[in-house]
Amino acid sequence: MDALLFMIFAAIAVICGINLVVQTHPISSALSLVGVMGALAALYLLLGGEFIAAAQLVVYAGAIMVLFVFVIMLLNAGTEKKMVVRPLGKYLGAPFLLIFFGMIAYMIQRILPASSPVVFGAFQGGTAEGIGRSLFTVYLLPFEVTSVLILIAILGAIVLARKEVD
Amino acid sequence: MPLGPLPAAVPPSWYLTLSAILFALGVLGFLLRRNIITVFMSIELMLNAVNLSFVTFSYVLKRNDGHIFSFFVMVVAAAEAAVGLAIILTVFKNRQTLEIDEVSSLKN
Repeated sequence: MDALLFMIFAAIAVICGINLVVQTHPISSALSLVGVMGALAALYLLLGGEFIAAAQLVVYAGAIMVLFVFVIMLLNAGTEKKMVVRPLGKYLGAPFLLIFFGMIAYMIQRILPASSPVVFGAFQGGTAEGIGRSLFTVYLLPFEVTSVLILIAILGAIVLARKEVD
Repeated sequence: MPLGPLPAAVPPSWYLTLSAILFALGVLGFLLRRNIITVFMSIELMLNAVNLSFVTFSYVLKRNDGHIFSFFVMVVAAAEAAVGLAIILTVFKNRQTLEIDEVSSLKN
């Protein structure tokens, strides 16, 4: 059952990822990205990350993608004119990307040759309680610094967006 | 990867391989696409792929530090999206285009 669920959601993630790259209209790419994020949230649940799965849906698929779709609508972004693929990129880039991916996959198989399979419920540390305990003890300073980062980002976004065109 | 009948549960390396596939797709979109918003979304796809690696390693090591890292990645991605989209808005207001090849004044 776990393997079947992994296969289903991995297939959704990969298909939506390919769709993101090949679609020419940005709104189609944005909706594909929402599909990838939803599938990844289900995979996080399988890996025992309850809090991260919820945060993925709320923050990523909710807040960030709404921002993206809002900007696409606001700018009235249309279809991309033409994807310019230079011959060098087509005949050299694609094999290199495949080699890059193959090397990563090979290294992964070498590093984790015979680890025990992923079973739902085998890892209980990813609950909201566990995450909160880590966040407010070991990782307290990064957590507080993050709030400053978000404050700066909000101020920067406001300053950038209200700047008058000269 | 062994072929044949599907096992009851998959090893963690399959999750990492999926993460590598998604990262490669993100790189592909980043290099291939010409729309600045789609390029930005490809970056988000790469961040998501890395998050999947973090959570998988967290499962393998039976510690929740990877979850904290991916939480911070999400927070930084939210800040990045806010600032990046504001920059895109400003660029569009000044140049009326979203093609990244036409926004190359630093090169000239």
